[in-house]
Amino acid sequence: MSSKFSVSILNRILINAPLLLLFISVFNEFDFNYLNYKYFSFNFPFILIFYWSLKRIESLGYGYIFIAGLFNDAVIGLPIGLSSLTYLIICGFAAYLRNITLRPSLFKDWLYFLFTILVANSINYFLLVTFFSTELNYYELSGNILFTFLFYYIFGYLFDIYQRLAFGRKND
Amino acid sequence: MATNRDDFIIAIRSAFLKKGSKQRFSLIGLIFSSIFLILLNTINFPLINYLKISLNEIVYRSSFIVSIPEKKIQEFSNIIHNHFSLYSEHQKNKNELANYKLKQLETDYIISENQRLKKMVEEYIFNTDELFAKVLLDKKSPFLRSIILNRGSKDKVSMGMAVLDGGYLIGKIIEVNYSTSRALLISDLNSKIPVSIEPGNVQSILSGTGKDNGKIEFMQKKKLIENKSIVYSSGSGGIFKAGIPIGNISIEENDEEKYVDFFSDLSQLSFVKLVSFKKGKN
Repeated sequence: MSSKFSVSILNRILINAPLLLLFISVFNEFDFNYLNYKYFSFNFPFILIFYWSLKRIESLGYGYIFIAGLFNDAVIGLPIGLSSLTYLIICGFAAYLRNITLRPSLFKDWLYFLFTILVANSINYFLLVTFFSTELNYYELSGNILFTFLFYYIFGYLFDIYQRLAFGRKND
Repeated sequence: MATNRDDFIIAIRSAFLKKGSKQRFSLIGLIFSSIFLILLNTINFPLINYLKISLNEIVYRSSFIVSIPEKKIQEFSNIIHNHFSLYSEHQKNKNELANYKLKQLETDYIISENQRLKKMVEEYIFNTDELFAKVLLDKKSPFLRSIILNRGSKDKVSMGMAVLDGGYLIGKIIEVNYSTSRALLISDLNSKIPVSIEPGNVQSILSGTGKDNGKIEFMQKKKLIENKSIVYSSGSGGIFKAGIPIGNISIEENDEEKYVDFFSDLSQLSFVKLVSFKKGKN
């Protein structure tokens, strides 16, 4: 009875780990800013949302992604709803790719991810500059996009391994 | 051609409109909700402010708890760094201390002379309300350089209060919740502070660069400024008291721009002082 109970808890943790990671990352902003490297930062929620929306959306859920976006806005100090919109645009692109892909490959996903974050960030920056008169440092934002893109391949590979371990197969 | 277009429309419709087996909301519905929230933000709808304040109260506290491991790693890395630079720091501090002792005597004299002269010309003096706050979060996002403090409207924090680290100006309050508040740091791109540069009493505006320094803007007499000149708040606009030290000028060769290195290390803030200044007759 007790071993069955602990297996069920472990299963729940494994299934919900991406969601847990999403909320931790929006609360904590995984960006290694304390290293103080010039222009170095990356957007971990983008990677997480794109990957899991593409491979296994039931692990995250659009409603939770929307709420995570609201939390991110509060932490960073952006207008409410902006991060949610950006995250959901990423989900939309990932869902479209999922529908049209017959033979998935990490490399193609990676290139498509670059296109996705460029569009999502452009909308984000456009709204910030046009409606909220915010000044942005475009060098730093370009650095953020570049490193987010580069890190996708590494995290994508790690998430593939996690999927195989947690769910027994790659759910493409 | 028509088949391709149909496939595209089917894929888009499926991606945005179809709800998955375990999904409660469709993607398009949530996207419209986000746009609706952004629209309410742009027109400053009162309800959105209440939503923001409640959300901030929950999120700031949760974020503080979740950030504890990262903070510990940061502290550990600082300890190691400080340990390795201990000897050179000690030598530097010894030299600086000797210089400061000498300057302190001159400063004491100037302060007393200044007070005496102010009394003579019956100028305004400032009354100061102070309170200390703990830095809950210091998020250095590419969008905003700000810190979250554990003091809010219940502690009588108000918009525009100056935020000081030691005696140095580091920012001002831009958002007040019930038990927390957000301060915009002087390094933020959107921060503009009227300053006075000494020697020469040159008046200007200090703007953040989004990095760890500031930039002198809107000034015609840039050539009068020397390297290592001290930047103080000028008190113009009545937000801050005049004479709060901020940083010193750093001039790079072949560069027209005048940058400001802040006295305070904005990445190492743990406790800060919130100060409001009121003018009172002498």
